[in-house]
Amino acid sequence: MRDESTIRVKTGLAEMLRGGVIMDVVDAEQARIAEAAGAAAVMALERVPSDIRRDGGVARMSDPEMIKGIQEAVSIPVMAKARIGHFVEAQILQALEVDYVDESEVLTPADEANHIDKWAFDVPFVCGATNLGEALRRIAEGACMIRSKGEAGTGDVVEAVRHIRSIRGEIKRLGTLDGAELGTAAKNLQAPLELVRWVAREGKLPVPLFSAGGIATPADAALMMQLGAESVFVGSGIFKSEDPARRAEAVVAATTHFQDAARLVEVSTGLGQAMQSLEARKLADDELLAGRGW
Amino acid sequence: MSVGEGGTGSADGRGPVIGILALQGGVVEHAQLLRACGATVREVRTPAGLEGLDGLVLPGGESTTMTLGIAREGLAEPLRRFAASGRPLLATCAGLILLDRDHLGVLPIACERNAFGRQIRSFESDVTVAGLDDGPIRAVFIRAPRVTEIGPGPPGVEVVAEVDGAVVGVRSGAIEGYAFHPELTDDARIHERFVAAVAAAGGGARDAA
Repeated sequence: MRDESTIRVKTGLAEMLRGGVIMDVVDAEQARIAEAAGAAAVMALERVPSDIRRDGGVARMSDPEMIKGIQEAVSIPVMAKARIGHFVEAQILQALEVDYVDESEVLTPADEANHIDKWAFDVPFVCGATNLGEALRRIAEGACMIRSKGEAGTGDVVEAVRHIRSIRGEIKRLGTLDGAELGTAAKNLQAPLELVRWVAREGKLPVPLFSAGGIATPADAALMMQLGAESVFVGSGIFKSEDPARRAEAVVAATTHFQDAARLVEVSTGLGQAMQSLEARKLADDELLAGRGW
Repeated sequence: MSVGEGGTGSADGRGPVIGILALQGGVVEHAQLLRACGATVREVRTPAGLEGLDGLVLPGGESTTMTLGIAREGLAEPLRRFAASGRPLLATCAGLILLDRDHLGVLPIACERNAFGRQIRSFESDVTVAGLDDGPIRAVFIRAPRVTEIGPGPPGVEVVAEVDGAVVGVRSGAIEGYAFHPELTDDARIHERFVAAVAAAGGGARDAA
């Protein structure tokens, strides 16, 4: 019997993206550069997060024509972003046959109370999270991949580190609890008990855990991998740097050889200027993207 | 044999040493199943990583990413030599593409990438694999390729699995390649048979590397 869109099929693509780099691109030309540099997938969006930050205003799903252009330009998977709670943008992205939908805090949320019911879709979803409770709520809604939110568009990796450490730390802590305590943990995490029990038993999330938000250098990518992320998203970090093609190749190599310091020296050398960065701690509350979603 | 869901897999077994090409892709699921079948697993990222292996897995992932990684690491020739040494080699999805004429050229086959469509057309299906006992396996196809052409060889290539008329499994001597992901289910029969074949080959061809 043939079945499409099973949980195994949806999660399976995330599993095949492990150890790879998913790069933000805004047009077909950037997508080609990303693919030629070894990106495992591209994220099609209208403006990279640092431009969204600079320009302000409402950030929305990209023009389908741009997404189609990118799909035609490359053979690697193409992802695209929908606003939090904007299930119609997600329906449009599904009809475009993007390979993954990112229900993303980088865009302006469309619903202040509800995320998208991702079970209602055949296309798989990735969602951001800052802690384990948020990750498990997204998984309960049908997300098949979790990424740290980090603080997109800053070039400051500190928030991504905080989020991955928080998620991994809370997973470890669940492993030390007994059955009664897991009930309380589920209540405190505001996450379904069944998922909490599964995570406590297996010591990991039931879907791949990737990292995003502020990754700007090969060393940042290797840092996230050593902290337990299984793959990295790089947004503004590539195409807002001085030499995107070279930096893209370097981040790809660093993600593969994340434990090999000699290789990290080699790939970190002479890359030119990184993106223009913002210190995440100095942003005002209303400038923070990671607080979007709940 | 069946392996429980999840978990990070048991420690290395005392069995044969099997490498998994770990430039990018679905490495951990293969590692888990191979270890459960008693193998010692090594991740391979450089030509030096191929030394001392009794068998090799080319996993799923993005074939473009892996092909660029192979070029960057100078792995193409060492991988061809490994395949020619007669040691068992298991390739899944992108790994199968790597074996074809347009990539490593290990087998005289041509593959069509994303032959079933984009992710939304990814599927799972019961597939009978020739020579595998106890009925069909649940095969998971993720943006999967298919084999579109099989040349006369050498080496000779035999079709061992098909779905909807598409060739999705081939074998040539000790080399087996599948368009699907046997590592994404808890049915370990393909891995069990592969580990047994590696053990039987017993590193006798190791000097050829």
